[in-house]
Amino acid sequence: MSQEQPVTRKMTAKERMAIERQQMPERDGQQRSKDFEEVNLGLPEKIAILEAQRCLQCKKAACIEGCPVEVDIPGFLKLITEGDFLGAAALMRRDNNLPAVTGRVCPQETQCEEKCVRCKTDAPVAIGWLERFVADYETAHRTGRPTTDATPTGKKVVCVGSGPAGVTCAGELAKLGHDVTVFEAFHIPGGVLVYGIPEFRLPNSIVEDEMENLKSLGVKIETNVLVGRTLTIPQLLEEEGFDAVFIANGAGLPVFMRIAGENLKGVYSANEYLTRTNLMGAYKYPETETPIIVGNRVCVIGGGNVAMDAVRTGKRLGAEESIIVYRRAIEQMPARVEEVHHAEQEGIRFEMLTAPIEILGDEDGWVRAMTCIRMELGEPDASGRRRPIPIEGSEFVIDCDLVIVAVGTGANPLVTQTTPGLKVNKWGYIEADDDLMTSIPGVFAGGDIIRGATTVILAMGDGKNAARSIDAYLSRINGKS
Amino acid sequence: MFKIVDKQTVGPNLTQYEIQATRIAQARKPGQFVMVRPNEKSERIPLTVARTDPQAGTITLIVQAVGKTTLQMSQMNQGDSFADVAGPMGQPSHIEKFGTVVVVGGGLGTAVVLPQAIALKEAGNKIISIIGARNKELVILEKQLGQVSDELIVTTDDGSYGNKGFVTDALGELINASDKNVDAVYCAGPVIMMKAVSEVTRPKEIFTVVSLNPIMVDGTGMCGGCRVTIGGETKFACVDGPEFDGHQVDYDELMDRLTTYKNFEQRMLDAYQKTHKCKLQR
Ligand SMILES: Cc1cc2nc3c(=O)[nH]c(=O)nc-3n(C[C@H](O)[C@H](O)[C@H](O)COP(=O)(O)OP(=O)(O)OC[C@H]3O[C@@H](n4cnc5c(N)ncnc54)[C@H](O)[C@@H]3O)c2cc1C
Ligand SMILES: Cc1cc2nc3c(=O)[nH]c(=O)nc-3n(C[C@H](O)[C@H](O)[C@H](O)COP(=O)(O)OP(=O)(O)OC[C@H]3O[C@@H](n4cnc5c(N)ncnc54)[C@H](O)[C@@H]3O)c2cc1C
Ligand code: SF4
Ligand code: SF4
Ligand code: FES
Repeated sequence: MSQEQPVTRKMTAKERMAIERQQMPERDGQQRSKDFEEVNLGLPEKIAILEAQRCLQCKKAACIEGCPVEVDIPGFLKLITEGDFLGAAALMRRDNNLPAVTGRVCPQETQCEEKCVRCKTDAPVAIGWLERFVADYETAHRTGRPTTDATPTGKKVVCVGSGPAGVTCAGELAKLGHDVTVFEAFHIPGGVLVYGIPEFRLPNSIVEDEMENLKSLGVKIETNVLVGRTLTIPQLLEEEGFDAVFIANGAGLPVFMRIAGENLKGVYSANEYLTRTNLMGAYKYPETETPIIVGNRVCVIGGGNVAMDAVRTGKRLGAEESIIVYRRAIEQMPARVEEVHHAEQEGIRFEMLTAPIEILGDEDGWVRAMTCIRMELGEPDASGRRRPIPIEGSEFVIDCDLVIVAVGTGANPLVTQTTPGLKVNKWGYIEADDDLMTSIPGVFAGGDIIRGATTVILAMGDGKNAARSIDAYLSRINGKS
Repeated sequence: MFKIVDKQTVGPNLTQYEIQATRIAQARKPGQFVMVRPNEKSERIPLTVARTDPQAGTITLIVQAVGKTTLQMSQMNQGDSFADVAGPMGQPSHIEKFGTVVVVGGGLGTAVVLPQAIALKEAGNKIISIIGARNKELVILEKQLGQVSDELIVTTDDGSYGNKGFVTDALGELINASDKNVDAVYCAGPVIMMKAVSEVTRPKEIFTVVSLNPIMVDGTGMCGGCRVTIGGETKFACVDGPEFDGHQVDYDELMDRLTTYKNFEQRMLDAYQKTHKCKLQR
């Protein structure tokens, strides 16, 4: 238990209301924009307790409704105020088994924190930062890793892909006594958490640690297996003896813009740029051997988390200027607010209401500039956001030597093409029912491959629900046989 | 870890590895490749699977040392292990009964066309093979390709072995010979050679398959680094290929994109050769 134990009696609501939202200690923008160390340093214990005391312990906690996995937010915050950090972590893990990840990357401002009643008067309780706090505390102070004493059911389940959906499902199934294998195409498990989201936001060591927890629960993780090529889903069911399959292969197909000059040297998809940097460690080149083109003036096209990660990576790799080019306004960017704020502190330039129309090359085939056009906002479109419309005659040229395309991803067709009878929608995403079962009995799917690119926590939610459905399915077929 | 169960030198800078990789050995079809990461710090590089032994669970790779990663591999020994071998990747070769098929391998491309030739032969085709190399020393797999071919032609640039000249000379002669009816051409080798071969077969509209070798990172379709332009459309060679209709390929773009990391590659190679006191024999 912690030394500072300020609460010996129940605090009044007035006292709680008097506490202001605490600040997250972070590294200086200038300094950190040159390396890949984490930006946020984490709350000190004292500050964490103070922040947790801001929670009014609402009877009908609105914040919980904002959380896709319904974490018992007032519950874990109360335990923090009591100094029982390990207890808080344990409570958290009942609903969310990757708190060190979600505490860092959940878009809290549109989920739990948006619903917090304190939004009405001042600022919401910093639920995300506190979630990270208890998770990090647990990692530093726990004794041993999770195990399970569930009776083995003798049922074999396979998860395709080791992103947040796949590993969440695997963990839950293992806790129920099933024999679980995860197949991952890459040489390191973790999905977007390791190949996409950069070190300065989510250190890979955190994901590695979670993989160890998973193994400790008895889950087998086999890398270098590309399902659809190394083994197909029909083979897994018919030859390899699996009783159920959970497909969680993400939405990793990069989308390009189909504009002139996109195949010039110096044009990357965000996936390639981030994979080279994070998974292959190109930021440590030549110590690691995968090279990456370091631009001097880097243009990143897009306004989501992926674009923000790429533009900040560009700066860190040594670009003099790293620029976001986005066709809507800054308020409309889908990226997490904290990332936009951090990018601004790091000196990222924002070219808003701007769309690229052509990438220009030099005589050697390298990018030298990009022609863009200014946009204005028209009527709201299907997504409810005002639609950007090009302003005629407003073309202009941005000089740059590297262009990174971060305008979205699609469904990789590898698994669906090799699984006869698996229904997909018109965009190629797998169709699943309320129980996350696909058109093939015993084959379930979740995460980005059914939703299109979404969030870590929604992918985890799918993993958890799928585990429940798979367990029910397995006892159903058990009953029959 | 993927153990090297056998290693043979098969030519200058040319090594053949037999690797324990059971799942791949069982799944692989002709034309497919693997992504190899020799050690924890290496790049992932694509290499064609030349042969498999599904019973023993082994795959055979024939690798030319051209840069840091491949040179480093050549310093590893039987009993050592590659950190990662993933696959098989890519579309299997398009195999059907055409009639007479000419198989053209330039340099290392011979390792790529050998499994195609075997599969095409099994499908009932008559196989005429052409192996092209700069000189006699660099002619590889002559015996193996000869075994599945009804006719085998070797050309060397300097005339030190076989016919003097390029593969395109020999191919042109075959196509124009009145007694031969060439129904399809399968070709792998340097980009410039595949381009030239496609030009030779274009006038008579002979079905031509080329095997492209762009720079790859993952091999699973998630990075787009391997994109090539085929008939004006962007394709990912690792999942849509690596084989494409030779008459549709934008070869100039491919050649240009292959130079992206030229400076890095030279620097890496120099540093490696300095510290390891081994040299590429050029
Ligand atoms: C750069 C970036 C930043 C992001 N930032 C945030 C953020 O800040 N907050 C947030 O909530 N969300 C963020 N997201 C979105 C979030 O990461 C995804 O929604 C989430 O990871 C989806 O999880 P998943 O398990 O469905 O798939 P993924 O995480 O994509 O994992 C899929 C895994 O399956 C593997 N795989 C694919 N095909 C096969 C196959 N055939 N066989 C075997 N394995 C296969 C892949 O290699 C991968 O490891 C970000 C995404 C990106 C790309
Ligand atoms: C589908 C496919 C099958 C191939 N099969 C074989 C084979 O059977 N045997 C063989 O010896 N080689 C094969 N290659 C080529 C082989 O991948 C490259 O020679 C190897 O990557 C060179 O790596 P390096 O570090 O030794 O050399 P580097 O110094 O990195 O590069 C030397 C040359 O290899 C090219 N290259 C570098 N990295 C890659 C990469 N990741 N992907 C593709 N090309 C690259 C460069 O453009 C350059 O021309 C194949 C390539 C492809 C795309
Ligand atoms: S998981 Fe995400 S949404 Fe839920 S409480 Fe934690 S930070 Fe909020
Ligand atoms: S809504 Fe806000 S104040 Fe109320 S319980 Fe949730 S976090 Fe606490
Ligand atoms: S190598 Fe990445 S998509 Fe082909």
